[in-house]
Formats: sequence, C-alpha cells, structure tokens
Amino acid sequence: MTVPAPVLRVKDLSVRFRTARGVFEAVRSVSFDLGRERVGVVGESGSGKTMMGRAIMGIAPKTARVEAEHLEFMGQDLKSLSAKQMRALRGRRISMILQDPKYSLNPLMTIGEQVAEAYRLHGSHSRHEARERALEMLEAVQIRDPKRVYRLFPHEVSGGMGQRVMISMMLAGEPDLVIADEPTSALDVSVQKDVLRILDRLVDERGHALLFISHDLNLVSRFCDRVLIMYAGRVVEELSAQNLHHARHAYTQGLLASLPKLGAKRDVLPVLNRDPRWRDAPAVQ
Amino acid sequence: MISAESLDVVYGTGRSRFRALKDVSFHVAEGETFGLVGESGCGKSTVLRVLAGLEETWNGRLLIDGTEVSKRRPKEFHRRVQMVFQDPYGSLHPKKTVHATLMQPIAVHRLDDSLARIDRVLSDVGLGSGFRFRYPHQLSGGQRQRVAIARALIVEPRILLLDEPTSALDVSVQAEILNLLSDIRAKRSLTCVFVSHDPAVIEHMCDRLSVMQSGQIVETMSVDALSDGRFEADYTEALLGASHGYQRAAP
Repeated sequence: MTVPAPVLRVKDLSVRFRTARGVFEAVRSVSFDLGRERVGVVGESGSGKTMMGRAIMGIAPKTARVEAEHLEFMGQDLKSLSAKQMRALRGRRISMILQDPKYSLNPLMTIGEQVAEAYRLHGSHSRHEARERALEMLEAVQIRDPKRVYRLFPHEVSGGMGQRVMISMMLAGEPDLVIADEPTSALDVSVQKDVLRILDRLVDERGHALLFISHDLNLVSRFCDRVLIMYAGRVVEELSAQNLHHARHAYTQGLLASLPKLGAKRDVLPVLNRDPRWRDAPAVQ
Repeated sequence: MISAESLDVVYGTGRSRFRALKDVSFHVAEGETFGLVGESGCGKSTVLRVLAGLEETWNGRLLIDGTEVSKRRPKEFHRRVQMVFQDPYGSLHPKKTVHATLMQPIAVHRLDDSLARIDRVLSDVGLGSGFRFRYPHQLSGGQRQRVAIARALIVEPRILLLDEPTSALDVSVQAEILNLLSDIRAKRSLTCVFVSHDPAVIEHMCDRLSVMQSGQIVETMSVDALSDGRFEADYTEALLGASHGYQRAAP
C-alpha cells in the first residue's frame, strides 16, 4: 500500500500583526501534515490555534501577515491562489465549522434555505434538487422532522440543533478538509455528546480530513487520532491521542495535572508554572 | 445554615406557564459546601437566584442562618449572602475600575475603612494593590474572576453562592481559582453552594451534592458516593457515571 499524499501540508506557517508596540506573532512557524485522519489542536486562549485555522482557510484578518514555506492543500499551493480561486475552494473543498451557531447562521434566512444554498453554490444543483439534498442532509445530522425544521429560522431552534445545521451546511460540498473550531464549546454538555457523535460518524463515513481545534484536552484525546499542543503560537508537542497521558512536555503535563479528576481527589490542584523557555524551546516529538 | 423546603418557581401564565423549580428541598450545614449538578435548564441557577434574592416570585420556605427570609430581603441580608457569577466578562462593569467596583458594596453597606478593606481583599484573592486602577479590559479572565470574588468577599459574607465560577476559564486558570476558593473558604469558614456541570469540579470542591433534572432534585448524595460511583437514580448514572464525556465508537 502506498502512502497517500497528505490532504494538507503546512510548513513554517506564521501569522504576524503589526501593533503599536511592535510586531506580535500570533502563530510562529507551525508545521504539520494532515492526511485523511483527525488531528486535534489544543491550547489555551491566546495560543494561536484559531488564528492558525483561519490562516489555512485564508480568512485571517486583513491586518495579519500570513507567511509559510509550504501551505499546500491536495498538492495545490494555497499561497499562489488568487482571492477568487480561494473562494472556489472554500466551502466546497475546505470548510470550517465555527463555535457558535447563534452568530454564524444567517438570522434572516430559514434553515432549509441556508443548507440548500450551500448545495446550489457548491454542486450547481437546481432549486428543487438542492431542496431534496438539504432535507437528506438535515436527516443525516439526526434532525427529526426535517421538513418542519427546513422552514424554521435560526432563532427558533436550540443551540445543539443550530450546530447540527451548521455541520450539515459545512459538509454539503463534500469537502476534503474540515476545520472545526471549538464546534461544541458553546453547547450544553448533554448536547455536546450528540453533536460529536454525529460529526464523528459523518467524518468516518465520508472520509473527510478533520482538524479539530479545542481547549479541551480530554475531549480531543477521545475524538482524534493525533494531537498537536500549542503554546504561545507554536506547536510544543505532538502526540498520538492514546499517548496523551504520557505527554513529555512540561506544559502538556501541567495542563493535564491541573484538571480535577473524578475519583482522584486532591487537596490542592497543581497550578501550571509557565516557564519562559517554553516560548522558544524546540518541540517535543 | 441554609434550609430550603419545597421551593417552587413558576414563570409565565397560561400556555407559556413553565415550572422552573418543583418542590426543591435541601439543607446545607454551616461550613459545608453543597454542590448542584445538572444539564443547563435544569433549574440549578434558579435555585441560586432564589437563595440570593434575585428571583421575584417563588413559593416555599427558606431559612438562612436560622431565620426565615421572605421575598424582599433587608439590606443586611446581602451582607451575609453574596454571589459569584459564571462569566467574569459580563459581571464586571466595563467602565469601572477595580477600585470603583469594590467601592460600591462599601458605599451600599456604609462600611468604614474602605481603602484598607480594598487592599486586604485584593491581597486575599491574590491580586496586588497595583490592580486597583485597572479596567476589566486590562485584566485576563482569571484576574477578572478574582475581582468578582473580591467584590463578593468585601462585605465579609457568611454564605457564598457560586454559579459555574470556572467554566469560562482555561483549565490551568480554573485550577488557580478553585485553589483560591478552597483557601478563602477555609480561612473565612464560609458556607458555599456551588453550581457546576462538571462532576470532577464538584467532587473536588463539595461535601455533598444534589443532582437536578427539569426543576427537580433527582438525588442527594455525599461526595464519596460520587467518587465511588454509587448512584441510586438512573439519571445520575447517565449524567455522572463512567460513561461521562464523549466516547468515540470503536473503529
């Protein structure tokens, strides 16, 4: 069996902002390959994980300077593409599931129209066909009575249902790469499980490559094959998910230790002591 | 210290009538930390709001510190009972400095020695007096939550109500805030009611807990029962049991 070419190849990706106080580096020379697998990106707020996802999508803020030695998607150099070519790629081949369906669904369109629009844009389906596909997709994300939900507006559905609608829209174009940025953080714990199960099944069935960005170490270790740990804009450690609890970097160990664990009660939780050397020390493999 | 008997809260009338709490009873001993767990919408925050006096209409009997409290609370009540909210980004006034935020309860309760109090409470929550003239946007999430805790503590309450105080924070910061709360609780012998959706956090912080579902208490148990996984109700097992959290199907 030959090793398939990676879906995404990132080498030395950096995102810089010029500020009044000098240059701020949000992402600093991040490199990784992503095949048809699930890779988790974990880090605290401000670690650059979201900015990295946005830079790959080509939707970093205009003020950001995105540089990379390689940024390849299915062998295609993303850096050399025009804005128009990028637009053709986004949504159809690469799509992004955002955190909060309250802000990312269009409040003035019914749910069905939004999902059908995704089909019409990406698959050049007729209006009728797009509607049929949208209904099928709503059913695939386990929305009971999709015909009723089709006619509802986003404010009329719950957060969990909104997020399922978003997943259905984002998978409509049959993308090769799905970037999920904290897809369940805005949801209730009990709903989180359902949404993850749906995402899990669809990613498996359709063979998407998944980049799963989250602050939740345990969740990522259960959901992904590999985990990248980000700190201050850099990947400080890369691990296979089963080995998360054998992490070698002091930062990863510190994060794991600071979590209260059921059935292992301690009087005082260990607090993470940030070592200034972590910023620049080489990554642990 | 806290004794709640058959608390009932109803919102709306007619078709939109919704019973947020149904016959909720529990007792919290002095110095104890009592946990409330459940999914969102189960009524756990409503219980805290009733205790704090933020809820206008409720029925039942509520005794705090041996005296029955009514719907309207005297000012003195709020010196004894204080609350910390979930989101430190929303609960601090964006245009007020830490100093101004902390001066407010001092003014309301006409406390003396304001500057010394502010210095003391800031050092208690691990912030130096250098933080006094900062605005919320100049603070990190953890620092904001420390200010929110300081604001609650400055009137020297006996009871602290905590509504998901760490769920908006990063895990490393969560550990710092939980340690701070344990510390302060011991130092000031506070009685606490702690609301969280995370069973591990509840286990870490509480002595006893109640599991809530759609406005009712399903089960009340000791934290040891939680650690050992000894649950009586099926719902508790589903919510807190070994299967807690997402498990990927075997490939």
